[in-house]
Amino acid sequence: MTYKLLGKNFIPPDVVAKVTGEAKYAEDFRADGMVFCRLLTSPMPHALVKSIDVTEALRLPGVVGVLLPDEVTPVPAPNPPILSKEPQYVGQPILAVAAVDETTAQDAIEKIDLDLEPLPFTVDPLQSLHPDGPDARLDGNVGAQGLKLQTLKWTAADFAAADAGHLPMGKSAEDWVYGDVDAGFAKSKVIIDESFVTASNSHHSMEPRTSFAYWQNGKCFVHGSTQSQSFVVPQLAQYIGIKPTELNYISEFCGGGFGSKGTAFPSMAIPALLSKKIGKPVMMRISRAEEYYIGSARNGFQGRVKLGFGADGRLLAADMYIVQESGAHNGFWDFRNAADALSVVYQPESMRWRGVPVYTNTPTRSAQRGPGENQIACVLEPLMDKAARKLNIDRLQMRKVNAPETGSKVGSDRRPVTSAYLRDALEKGAARFNWQERSARSGQRNGPKVTGFGIGQAYHPAGFNGFDGLVRITPDGKLHIHTGVGNLGTFSHSGTARIAAEVLKYDWENCVVERGDSRKHLPWNIGQFGSNTSFTMARTNYVAAMDALKKMKEIAAHDLGGKPDDYDVDGGKVFAKAHPAKHLTYAAVAQRAIDLGGKYTGKELPADINPMTKASATALAGSGLIGVAKDNLPVGGETAAFACAFVELELDLETGRHRIVELLNVGDCGTVIHPMGLETQLKGASVQGVGLATLEHLIFDPQNGIPGHVGLYQARPATYLDLPEKLSTDWVDKPDPTSPMGTKGIGEPPLGAAASAIVCAISDALGGYVFNRTPVKADMVLYAAGELPMAHRPLQVNTQ
Amino acid sequence: MSEYCEEDEAIRYSRREFIKRVIASGAVASAATYVYGGLAGCARQGSVPGGVERLVSLNVNGQVRRVDVLPQETLAMTLRYKLGLTGTKLGCDRGDCGACTVMLDDIAHNSCSVLTHSVRGRKVITVEGVRGPNGELHPVQQAFIDELSPQCGFCTPGQVVSAVALLKRNPNPSREQARAALAGNLCRCGAYENYLNGVMRACSSS
Repeated sequence: MTYKLLGKNFIPPDVVAKVTGEAKYAEDFRADGMVFCRLLTSPMPHALVKSIDVTEALRLPGVVGVLLPDEVTPVPAPNPPILSKEPQYVGQPILAVAAVDETTAQDAIEKIDLDLEPLPFTVDPLQSLHPDGPDARLDGNVGAQGLKLQTLKWTAADFAAADAGHLPMGKSAEDWVYGDVDAGFAKSKVIIDESFVTASNSHHSMEPRTSFAYWQNGKCFVHGSTQSQSFVVPQLAQYIGIKPTELNYISEFCGGGFGSKGTAFPSMAIPALLSKKIGKPVMMRISRAEEYYIGSARNGFQGRVKLGFGADGRLLAADMYIVQESGAHNGFWDFRNAADALSVVYQPESMRWRGVPVYTNTPTRSAQRGPGENQIACVLEPLMDKAARKLNIDRLQMRKVNAPETGSKVGSDRRPVTSAYLRDALEKGAARFNWQERSARSGQRNGPKVTGFGIGQAYHPAGFNGFDGLVRITPDGKLHIHTGVGNLGTFSHSGTARIAAEVLKYDWENCVVERGDSRKHLPWNIGQFGSNTSFTMARTNYVAAMDALKKMKEIAAHDLGGKPDDYDVDGGKVFAKAHPAKHLTYAAVAQRAIDLGGKYTGKELPADINPMTKASATALAGSGLIGVAKDNLPVGGETAAFACAFVELELDLETGRHRIVELLNVGDCGTVIHPMGLETQLKGASVQGVGLATLEHLIFDPQNGIPGHVGLYQARPATYLDLPEKLSTDWVDKPDPTSPMGTKGIGEPPLGAAASAIVCAISDALGGYVFNRTPVKADMVLYAAGELPMAHRPLQVNTQ
Repeated sequence: MSEYCEEDEAIRYSRREFIKRVIASGAVASAATYVYGGLAGCARQGSVPGGVERLVSLNVNGQVRRVDVLPQETLAMTLRYKLGLTGTKLGCDRGDCGACTVMLDDIAHNSCSVLTHSVRGRKVITVEGVRGPNGELHPVQQAFIDELSPQCGFCTPGQVVSAVALLKRNPNPSREQARAALAGNLCRCGAYENYLNGVMRACSSS
């Protein structure tokens, strides 16, 4: 299928402001009378606030007011509160002080008399599951979204019975099974049973989550840093205690989120609530160190996985147990996603999964790019290699034989995937990388350096449905695509807007993308997360454009005679197919829509659209031809994206460091909307994969619960110097049948593919040594190369 | 030393009184109350008691700007909160990330780690100042657009300024030299490859 705009590069409308510095992020806004606020945060990992005395602080000249835990909207536990009276990690906000400047606010905080009663705490999930172990919360130690908060302890026998180094597997909080797992293992030729640890790591968004708020004429204005726009509004309004219609939310630019800013987060409400109380605009700048406390992180895993393979490499049975480190509050369900990833990427004939998400006195976790799927890729891919070695099967073949196909099933409910071309991606990548010939050099020595090769694979769901589209043609002939999706930096807010332009055969120069500010009258859209935009927003923009197209044809038939189907659109005109000279320009149609009124100009609206879309369309009514619809297109299962990566690296056995000679990342991402945008996603994910595989982790002092990773130089995101020497990308340009033009998302899988390929390549350079732990650090390489025991204990968390 | 001794007198004024006096003077940049304390971490970093603003002249983007500056004030804060130049971003406030990179006499510096008083008499160029005389984009900016270098864009101003500074001292860097020159500019989106492509494109086009 050839498209006018899809598959072609374009300059996204927001990129110029990014290179000139004109792009305004939350901290770049000002308002008259603006004051600053600073947070008093917990110095203890778990404590009860016995009393707070702010008398002296309020006497300090320049202090404008304070906001206390009792004055904020209550948030039901175990979700993170806005301000806490039972802080559950070091750095959790307890109160906020507003002053004319930050120095004064900080001075005031020093004058606050805070009485804290220390409580037991833990920074290790297994410790909390121990019969005598501490609980991170007074109300329990286990829970997650969709799983009741509870106290769950394993028995001493559970711990004693476990082999040294193997994960004890006591009672789980959740489990599922399909197929006959015991029979699968019974007929397996090779069985692998390994325990593993994957570290938590910060999102490291370059823009800390600063927010700025003020009130005007009864409305609250919040400038925030979120990946999403419309999706943030209802939850943020709830945090502030107002109706969504009373909130103007502005997030035209977001300096990185990677999952940590997908939804509204509690701290965003602090300046809004403080501003309401003191009657002044409040700027709450968040420091880099604070970002490590309130900015959330990826969940860590302690787990065990048993895999049974047939002689041909086919995965016959899988049994996985994951203990998830969840932080102090409900974070994300990585532990479930990891199971889905195993079930879909390797298509085990039978599988059992068990999981326990355990609260720890560490910062709140949230989704991070491939939450669950990407950590587990770093565990499973090296084990595929281990099995391949035992079975004497080529590692590429090992993956191809297990790869999913369109219609293959995911998870416990065995839902089908709407498209899967992972095998095509493997073949395309292997050919381009020259895998067969190159990987024959595996283990080649060059002084202290050894060459290693690796293949990695990963998956993530790639789309949602049921949201609304809203487009508008104004009497100047312009097409306005109103999108509430957000600006994560993928440019897909505009990439998917081009779907609407494609339907209406619009020149891109005549299109305006309306976004980033509630006052632009935006529809109800999903957030920009979960690799979903290229699918979800393609559908919503498609249905809105189709509604507009229908109306354009009806207006032409009304004015020029005949039936709507007698007309078509192109070249800025609605014309009679039989007599192209008989036409209305887009500008004229927009004017006629206003004249005709009713549904044509948004005065009558579909009944099934969300109240937010309804309010936006109503506000726009009468300004042009309005196309508005809910995405009721058929849903054929789970839309899934996949990626695979190929790596060559050189491992230095004297230093433990490595040099990535080449990394090729190949995406299975449906119809390509924007090739350059796709390439930047694949490359950026590869660079983040370097971090996940070898650099990034959180570390807490088990004695005091204090983090040791509160600077970029400590928590170590990848820099220019970590960039693979050659970084290449490719993709399988095959459409997904449930997306109107075949598009689906891709943001997350290439990270897991890159990370796991790197881990596999390091392992390969060491002759197949499996670490069962990420990140793989230089010291681990040295111990492995020297055939020495690791410095950490098996299953230990918070290691160097 | 003498500079700080002179300021001792001002300690006798309370902060509020002093700020009132500054506002009343009306002679300085309008955002004079946005003063700055050490904010690198959760813990108090220790402000300078009684630190007072002094009126200084700065050469910023080719213009002389008169602004009241505290002794402990960093250039990033002066630019952002007193001169309205918000293109300079604060990503870490401790010289880790490079988002606040500006040029001082054509050399790239982290403006979060430079005291404003120390740049008197030096030529400060921010991302707002790298455009040509008629407002045309600098070749680096154009190349970053052509290569779709930015993703979220927050680190981009710093990347632009570091690249411009590099090309000023070495108009034809190798890719490896460019990588070394930009190594202090973190990009969590991982767009390093596209920024390097942009630098190489800019030097071939200029």
